[in-house]
Amino acid sequence: MTERLSFLVNGARVEPRNVSPTTTLLAYLRTELRLTGTKEGCAEGDCGACTVLVAEQAGDDVRYRPINACIQFLPMLHGKAITTVEGLSGPNGQLSPSQAAIVARNGAQCGFCTPGFVMALHAHALNGKPDATDREVTDALAGNLCRCTGYGPLIDAARDVTATALPDWDIERRQHDTVMLRDGPEKKMLAMEHGDQRWFSPTTVAELADVLLHHPDAVVVAGATDVGLWVTKQLRHLKTVVAIGDIAELRQIAESENRVSFGAAVTYADALSVVSHRFPDFGDMIRRIGGPQVRAAGTIGGNIANGSPIGDLPPALIALDAELILRTGADQRRLPLEAFFRAYGDQDLAPGEFVERIDVPSPAAGANLRCYKISKRIDQDISAVCGCFNLTVADGQVVQARIAFGGMAGIPKRARSVEAALIGQPFTEPTIETACAAFRNDFQPMSDMRGAADYRLLTAQNLLRKAHFELTQPESLSRITDAKCFAA
Amino acid sequence: MTQLPSKSNASVEQNLGGLGSPQRHDSAEKHVTGGAIYVDDIPEPQGLLHVQIGQSRVAHAEILALDLAAVRSHPGVVAVLTADDIPGHNDVSPIAGDDPLFADRLIEYWGQSLFAVAAETREAARAAAQKAVVTVRELPAICTINDAMDAGSFLSEPETVTIGDPEAAITAAPHQVSGRLRMGGQEHFYLEGQAAMAVPGEDDDVTVYASSQHPSEIQHKVAHVLGIPNHSVTIEVRRMGGAFGGKESQGNLPACAAALVAARTRRPAKVVYDRDDDMMITGKRHDFRIDYRVGFDDDGRIQGLTFDNAMRCGMSWDLSEPIGDRAMFHADNCYFLPNARITTYRCKTHTQSNTAFRGFGGPQGMLGIERVVDHIAATLRRDPLDVRRVNVYDHKSVADDRRRRTHYGMRVDDCIIQDVFDELVESSDYVARRQKISAWNSEHPHLKRGIALTPVKFGISFTKTFLNQAGALVNVYTDGSITLNHGGTEMGQGLFVKVAQVVAEEFQVAIDTIKITATTTGKVPNTSATAASSGSDLNGMAAQNAARTIKTRLVEFLSEHYQTDPKSITFSHGRVSAEQFDLSFADVVQKAYFARVPLSATGFYATPKISWDKSEAQGRPFFYFAYGAAVSEAIVDTLTGESRIVRVDILHDVGQSLNPAIDLGQIEGGYVQGAVWLLTEELCWDDAGRLTTHAPSTYKIPTAFDRAPDMRINLFSRGENVEETVFRSKAVGEPPLMLGISALMAVSDAISALGGHQAYPELDAPATPERILLAAARCRGGH
Repeated sequence: MTERLSFLVNGARVEPRNVSPTTTLLAYLRTELRLTGTKEGCAEGDCGACTVLVAEQAGDDVRYRPINACIQFLPMLHGKAITTVEGLSGPNGQLSPSQAAIVARNGAQCGFCTPGFVMALHAHALNGKPDATDREVTDALAGNLCRCTGYGPLIDAARDVTATALPDWDIERRQHDTVMLRDGPEKKMLAMEHGDQRWFSPTTVAELADVLLHHPDAVVVAGATDVGLWVTKQLRHLKTVVAIGDIAELRQIAESENRVSFGAAVTYADALSVVSHRFPDFGDMIRRIGGPQVRAAGTIGGNIANGSPIGDLPPALIALDAELILRTGADQRRLPLEAFFRAYGDQDLAPGEFVERIDVPSPAAGANLRCYKISKRIDQDISAVCGCFNLTVADGQVVQARIAFGGMAGIPKRARSVEAALIGQPFTEPTIETACAAFRNDFQPMSDMRGAADYRLLTAQNLLRKAHFELTQPESLSRITDAKCFAA
Repeated sequence: MTQLPSKSNASVEQNLGGLGSPQRHDSAEKHVTGGAIYVDDIPEPQGLLHVQIGQSRVAHAEILALDLAAVRSHPGVVAVLTADDIPGHNDVSPIAGDDPLFADRLIEYWGQSLFAVAAETREAARAAAQKAVVTVRELPAICTINDAMDAGSFLSEPETVTIGDPEAAITAAPHQVSGRLRMGGQEHFYLEGQAAMAVPGEDDDVTVYASSQHPSEIQHKVAHVLGIPNHSVTIEVRRMGGAFGGKESQGNLPACAAALVAARTRRPAKVVYDRDDDMMITGKRHDFRIDYRVGFDDDGRIQGLTFDNAMRCGMSWDLSEPIGDRAMFHADNCYFLPNARITTYRCKTHTQSNTAFRGFGGPQGMLGIERVVDHIAATLRRDPLDVRRVNVYDHKSVADDRRRRTHYGMRVDDCIIQDVFDELVESSDYVARRQKISAWNSEHPHLKRGIALTPVKFGISFTKTFLNQAGALVNVYTDGSITLNHGGTEMGQGLFVKVAQVVAEEFQVAIDTIKITATTTGKVPNTSATAASSGSDLNGMAAQNAARTIKTRLVEFLSEHYQTDPKSITFSHGRVSAEQFDLSFADVVQKAYFARVPLSATGFYATPKISWDKSEAQGRPFFYFAYGAAVSEAIVDTLTGESRIVRVDILHDVGQSLNPAIDLGQIEGGYVQGAVWLLTEELCWDDAGRLTTHAPSTYKIPTAFDRAPDMRINLFSRGENVEETVFRSKAVGEPPLMLGISALMAVSDAISALGGHQAYPELDAPATPERILLAAARCRGGH
């Protein structure tokens, strides 16, 4: 165990002392280190103006992720290396490719969002995709808001960047980070105290289980894309926090013939390729969760354990009949995900218990998963309605149907009446219309700023109609996000 | 991708002045390296206090008690100030005197400022503010336009402008339609929130570093609040992280709060709004409800028209008077209205006081008439473009006077929209694409495409005539370097580089000879807001005049010194020469200095020709008009209500461009901002009057994916201002925003395809998936 918080900022080691563990990285950079290039635009991880790169050791190399500094707590950076906009230029002040591209394309007007775009582009460049599709380019920028340019110059700059070789100084910086991280303090549990606040970053599941037994009232934080806002927006004073992001076991993805298992701390970004491979539609939906910064921090376990009725993973996972592996101390239990959500704000999770893993069974032969996320904006928005349909149709008959929705109730919820109206019936429009009528039995949605109750119900019905259309006319265009829609 | 027209880099280098060249933003390298300093980045002075504004949690109430004991005793708190602590006037309003710095007895919106708490850290100030105990007696709150119209809750009596006899003309016309259009407001969402830092000086002096479009107004308001003369207050604005009108008056409150804390504590003080606080406290674009009735002939030619424009002003006037006027001025857009009545209802509601936002009422007025024209076309089953063409004002080349006069009595002498239409229809392949879309729609049951071409004619000048003035200060130093200062502020629009180009052109020196300095009330006084798209028109002229004064002095000195004809002296490529001499600019300056020639000059400019008599509703409020048009193509999913703009073609008139790179940036950014106002950006209040979309998690400005994947933007190559503006350029800040109206019209066109264009969608804005589904239901029903 160590009490010494330690990380790198632009290649130099910093060891903050006497700080609250819920100090955000952004506040620390701007106030303590006077690195004011990183901006606060929203303090909730939605605008990307505070984007910095976080590097962590990955074998003999390092891996860089873009993150929102505004909702990362300092201890989450322990043992990692931060690069800010001030650290990008070359030794003689040369602009980095991402900086030069934005200048050349007139991609900065007011300039306030620009450092965040520079860092997002730099992360995009490090991922090196010279042949990126239009969608991959806008995905790379989805976590950054610009109010001036209309994005065209920034999209062009993103293309320029991937076509430009990284300069020598950038490669040297990577080597420096690699050496510094490798030779840094030994990886062991960080335990900090400040006033009445305590922070633990265990490095093994056993340590985590133990800490939670001793501190059953602790707040468990993974990527802090939600808990961060408790501090920055609700001004909550968190007394005991346990971070699970440094537990390698919880970041594992295990694939077998029968199932794929995700550790609770697997990020959206890390899950994406596996999910996309097994369930393309589900993968497309994950790509629309937050932007790269949120997907690099937010976790599968967090999206489930926070109990939100509008998280995007639970409906799909419920439709796939996923199971949770919950753990208290050394004891484990399995629970169908569906049963985890008892009521709004009430999950089947005992004090000291935590989500360890999510098991997703392989789909039955012939099963089709369709996932729809309806929101005011396509990228980086919260669902008004999220509908996921796991349907098996054989010989024109619906053999199996598991359907779950987000945004339609106080919890992510199955549409059991709709399922019943489908199973055993011919997969035809009359069946669909009968099933549509059954939605009222399953859901009495609420009205809020994301949509009125009637609209939500109509949308849910239309999503079933859409799933039917797509499964019966697979060759037809159906979604406005399809690249084929772009030119008449 | 958009190409910069004509001038290659080689010719840029030859043209040292750089006028007309695509000079980059002067701060571009600082933007990308983090070296550009915004208010919250200024190194914090010793003893700095952080100030949080305590806000109301009710929309309309009488304050019975404001118990701040727990706020004062919170650790780290140094001062808590209320209305009782204001030595001068408790008012931060731009005009009417009705925006208290701190609510005194009466609360008129949810989020209203009640007090300020100053603490050693930002965290302490924020936490302390939560501890206020406010006892109130709630009063009935009127929050929506409908409620205000029903209750007759207005800031002033409704105002009407009439030309001809609209009622008779409508009745006599072969066809009539009427309808109601609701359009939402818009949050500015400048990426940098409101911010101000005040540093106390000797005597009663205070310097405020602000993020503001209107330093002079902040100077006056700070003096007003503190009860001191204007000369004791200096405001400095280096740059803003976006503004869009949202920092014209809305910066007054944080600046005054910071200055008050500084004055009371004798310590520097900083106010930086958190995003949610910013959205809860500050005003937005006005939402409008427009009722229209129009009579027209078989070709769609408008015979008579009435508009009832109801606008939500919020709890106070702010700038709602001129904003309502500008909506009225743009109720014609490009179209001749022989008989019209426009009545404006300025609704008083218990919500944020709505304020300036790029377009300043123009977009709302213009959307009204575009909706009418679209509705006429649908009624006649014609291409809306045909109806637009028959209604436009006469081209500037047409001799007679019949279709030239606006409903407010101004002649439209510079109309070129016909040329823009012709060129854009051709370049966008509008006609063929409309046919292709029709065929495509017949093959797709759920997805529908639509297309629309809409024009813009936007009046340039402040409609309060006295505001159309500007000052500049140019200093030439003995090494030939130059500093430039003027009353305009830089919010990202590229004003500073444009004005520097003007000065570089006058002196024929390289643009990096000129140091652009922060706007400060101490150098150029009594300035107008950088607003109404007027920044380069006004300040460019003022700076040009200052530069010419110095240049004239240099020429006089040289002609006397070398005994040469002043007309023979030329400035070119950094050199000054005549038959007798050939000197570098720096050498000339040095010689002039030793000859005791003054090398500093102020410049001033007042826009000529304009006047506006509001009581008679007659005059010439605008110096000229800016024109443009856009074709948008949309695709709509009629099952989910999702939509996307897939292609945009724009042709826009900036006269002779001062800087095509900056102008194209304004056009693209303006279009996108206008389109998303009408598509995705939705402001919601709950029944209690609380804004529920107060952060980017709930209020959705566009992301990169929302930009049309195919966007083709061109400057109108024949553009030239008929008026004598700075190098015959035209203003570009606001006009392109209204090109975004084509996006809403394209979505509407796509929806109406659902019923084979039998029913008119009557699509309200913003066209969220929810509204699109509602409109789709109307069109399905009409099938």
